[in-house]
Amino acid sequence: MIGEQKAAVETEFDEQLYKEEILELYKHPLNKHALPEYTHQQEKSNPLCGDQIRIYLNIQDQIIRDSSFEGNGCAISQAAASLLTEKLKQMPVKDAESLPGEEMIRMLGIPISHLRQKCALLALQAVKGALHFGKEGMGKREQEKWE
Amino acid sequence: MSSAAAYPILSTPIFGKRLVYLDNAATTQKPQVVIDAMNQFYQTSNANIHRGIHHLAEKATLAYEAARETVARFIGAENDEIIFTSGTTQSLNMLVQMLGKNLHAGDEIVLTLMEHHSNLIPWQEMAREKGLVVKFIPLTANYTLDFNKARELITAKTKVLAFTHVSNTLGTINPAAELIDLAHAQGALAVVDAAQSVGHLLVDVRQLDCDFLAFSGHKMCGPLGIGVLYGKKDLLMNLEPAFFGGGMVEDVSSEGGKALWLASPQRFEAGTPHVAGALGLARAVDFLEKQGLKQIEAHCALLVESAMMRLKKIPRLNIIGPDQGGMGIVSFTLEGIHPHDVAEILNREGIAVRAGRHCTNPLMKELGLADGTTRASFYLYNTEEDIDVLIAGIKKVQEVFC
Repeated sequence: MIGEQKAAVETEFDEQLYKEEILELYKHPLNKHALPEYTHQQEKSNPLCGDQIRIYLNIQDQIIRDSSFEGNGCAISQAAASLLTEKLKQMPVKDAESLPGEEMIRMLGIPISHLRQKCALLALQAVKGALHFGKEGMGKREQEKWE
Repeated sequence: MSSAAAYPILSTPIFGKRLVYLDNAATTQKPQVVIDAMNQFYQTSNANIHRGIHHLAEKATLAYEAARETVARFIGAENDEIIFTSGTTQSLNMLVQMLGKNLHAGDEIVLTLMEHHSNLIPWQEMAREKGLVVKFIPLTANYTLDFNKARELITAKTKVLAFTHVSNTLGTINPAAELIDLAHAQGALAVVDAAQSVGHLLVDVRQLDCDFLAFSGHKMCGPLGIGVLYGKKDLLMNLEPAFFGGGMVEDVSSEGGKALWLASPQRFEAGTPHVAGALGLARAVDFLEKQGLKQIEAHCALLVESAMMRLKKIPRLNIIGPDQGGMGIVSFTLEGIHPHDVAEILNREGIAVRAGRHCTNPLMKELGLADGTTRASFYLYNTEEDIDVLIAGIKKVQEVFC
């Protein structure tokens, strides 16, 4: 009985893994372009997958007026960037600063294994970096010392 | 060729499916006899070695030195030419530290573009410290080493040629003996990263005539955390150790000055070694020899040939490796699908493969493969049925992403 339940959960897990929305966002991403009038930007990469994301933000009066990204990588990292840039629009900076990783995972709506957390959270980390370091962003050497 | 039943982990279902383990270039699975050898040591012989004179210390010391003898014979070396380390990475790092003491600004180190980071970063760091020049032998269009370029790059300025015997990313088998001859002709030392070759094909250090060679136990059915640095005896005798501590000195004084080192291999094994690991590795050697190294090599070659033939028929799939196939390794990309997504979906089918850059970033940059590749790697317990499952899995990946 317990075995059957477990099997059912795993099947569900399997079906959910690459659900339509994630694949759709991977093939047709949202907000995937440079933002000409950005005030903040940050590039982050994930050495495990080789995912790369640069986040652009346009912040006026402590509100994120627009956000976009450029990058390449696995379906999870790229779908996360689409979802996140969409959500950030018109969000107060202080809300974005405290946006938890759990929220990013919830937005993806799929089970994320421990090893794939970095893919799922890469865009969010870039946003945090952009908010912290502003227009110049943080160089790769500095990133060694900042998490 | 070797029944999966000999390896307990291979009967562990993954997501309710049979485990198809194709990540052998990362680490191989352990037969029960290797696990038993380690357990048995802890249950019956555990003691520190070369120190106490009690019964267990004697037993552990004899077992450890017997393991060294087994490993030495396996690669055609003398006992005192075998230094136990934690693995290839430690072997290469300590070797670079030791050789670095005799290198000077302007000296050249020649590597290949297909090096694993563990045979690249240590040299690069030493080069920064000492002002050495690092040069890379490029690849041909067929993912093999450009031997003509090797001839041009290895000159009288070259002090060390260090290269991988088998590429962990491409499977390419490098012409080790010929490269070593090139190095020696210019008076350079030849260092071989044999992590992917020892235990997969017959490696004899005397035949190769390499000066140093490094490998890991865990890539040849042995335990994690044990490896070997081989060095020619006359070279080792003239090297200063990289690590210091117990078990490696003849005498030390509080009055300063240099301690008096023991001879090799003790000189290079400061601290308490991984005795159970060495015993496990020796048991793995026995196990592989029983199967036959020639047979293992032939078995993996057949699997690679079959996998290559079947993968080539899949549309939008590109093989990243030599036409004639490599040593137990097939790397590929699927157009429009990131390797990590490939590996994740294969994982749900019970298939373990590696995806990414395989710790070979310079190679990936050269090949223009920023996302890396998906890599299937085979060993003696893999079968044609494993390839059936892999092929079906790849078709499923393409269906999901179509």
